[in-house]
Amino acid sequence: MAIINAEELSKTYRISEKQPGFAGTLRHLVQRKHREITAVNKISFCIEPGEIVGFLGPNGAGKTTTLKMLTGLIHPTSGKLSVAGHKPWQRKARFLGQITLVMGNRQQLLWDLPALDSLKVNAAVYGIPEKEAQRRINELAEMLELGEELLRPLRKLSLGQRMKTELLAALLHQPAVLFLDEPTLGLDVNAQVRVREFLADYNKRTGATMLLTSHYMGDITTLCPRVLLIHQGELFHDGSLSELTQKLAPCSQVRMELSKIHSIEDFRGYGDIHSLEGHQVQLLIPRAELSERVAALLKRFEVVDLEVSAPPIEELIGGLFRHRDKL
Amino acid sequence: MKEIKRYWSSLCCFWSSSIAAEFEYPLNAWVELLSVLGNLAGSIFVLKLLFGNGVSLGGWSWNGSLIVLGLYTILDGFTTCVLQPNLSRIVNHIQTGTLDYVLLKPIDSQFWLSTRTVSPWGLPGIIAGFCLISWALIKPSSSIGYGLPSGGAMLLAIALLIASLAILYSLWFVLAALSIWFIKVWNATEVLRYTLVAGRYPVSAYPPALRLIFTFVLPVAFLTTIPAEALLGKSSSIWAIGALGVAGICLTGSRLLWNYAQRFYTSASS
Repeated sequence: MAIINAEELSKTYRISEKQPGFAGTLRHLVQRKHREITAVNKISFCIEPGEIVGFLGPNGAGKTTTLKMLTGLIHPTSGKLSVAGHKPWQRKARFLGQITLVMGNRQQLLWDLPALDSLKVNAAVYGIPEKEAQRRINELAEMLELGEELLRPLRKLSLGQRMKTELLAALLHQPAVLFLDEPTLGLDVNAQVRVREFLADYNKRTGATMLLTSHYMGDITTLCPRVLLIHQGELFHDGSLSELTQKLAPCSQVRMELSKIHSIEDFRGYGDIHSLEGHQVQLLIPRAELSERVAALLKRFEVVDLEVSAPPIEELIGGLFRHRDKL
Repeated sequence: MKEIKRYWSSLCCFWSSSIAAEFEYPLNAWVELLSVLGNLAGSIFVLKLLFGNGVSLGGWSWNGSLIVLGLYTILDGFTTCVLQPNLSRIVNHIQTGTLDYVLLKPIDSQFWLSTRTVSPWGLPGIIAGFCLISWALIKPSSSIGYGLPSGGAMLLAIALLIASLAILYSLWFVLAALSIWFIKVWNATEVLRYTLVAGRYPVSAYPPALRLIFTFVLPVAFLTTIPAEALLGKSSSIWAIGALGVAGICLTGSRLLWNYAQRFYTSASS
């Protein structure tokens, strides 16, 4: 049974609009103009227990709004939603004890105090007995490679250390569902890798379900066998990253360096010719026929160097959004 | 019972962690102590001037007025201890979106927002207020002192003091909760704090129009004058019941408003 089930989920905001300048301000004071914006438009998906799902989309696509509906912070305008068997917006204590939200751009721990003090507060709020809380803190601290950092005021920790302590605080109550909104935001490459490794390890150990948004494709490719792609509030893709790549780029790019110069005519029938400059040729070949065509090319031409690649996923997604925006 | 224990241990953790955070800046204690003593001296000086010509203040004697001032000082200390540090943060939570974390905790969000922090720097005010009241009651020259109140009067005064704390809290909380719609309401809470300064003198000392406002619009009368009357054994049962009723209505109102306001919380964008 799915742990997250969203059916035709929508959220519409009513916002007031103001023209720039002093005249616009006066008009805004006297006669306010409102407009409705559909941030999320009838999206449906299910997530099974233990899955790690990446939630992709450009800024303003509706990712954070969806996460906030799933965590119960905002009411959906329409549609059905169930998370861990609860209606999130009711925010019942039993539901809140089963989820957690980590936001890379906001912190819940007290700035002036060591993380350990804030962790004790969290343990009390979640009703975790002192000894059990200490055991969990030790276990998570070991996984996150945190030691005396927990005893230093938060303001004296690096960004990466702060994010790790935030993760520890968010996981102290052993939630079944983790909502991670840009958990690696602003971290250097090493810290990003460590956070990813921790999340993968945590998922393996506890079987927790994770829904992760990130603008760093490395987070998604490393952690998420499945991705949801959202754009302008609508769900564009629900499946694996390779299926998404297939969908966005059904052809592979084959670049060859040849010993002799050939004309365009010589490459007819092997694929679409992307470019031909001197000894260099680039062809686009459907993935299904890739091995057969490459074998034929190697047989026909004297090839000095050969490279087969798929376009980077960032470019594919960026291209998709640019293309759809123009439509 | 288990829930009460959880809330109690949460409160203990809240307050021990916030006191630890406050002691990161120990100089505040001295600044606050000087500020309380300065304010108190100023108020007593004004009272002394008013009573210098032998006039009474709206029918109140010197000692009675000192009791009103003492109650006001206690309420001001309570504001510094609990209301200001907690409720000023609500606006900040809403502006920055960290209210999300509060709403996601399995604990009553109004409880969290109202008790998460405590500032020890209001304690000098509370202690000074109690000292002033005690001094006014048991001053050696019994011709102007009132003597110790009866047990009943003492109990009623304590109940009315709790009621006035509840009224004060509710007014602050309602204003802070309005920030879900209006965001920048911090100035309104400052205006409230300075309007309530009127409570340092007996409400009958003001002109009739202001007396009406301080009783029925801004319940200043219920904050200090009515508990002081109870302590002096001059309380009328109607006003005492009225004060407890107003406290109940204010608390319920703040609760209902908060539950309603949460539906409009859209959370800050990331």
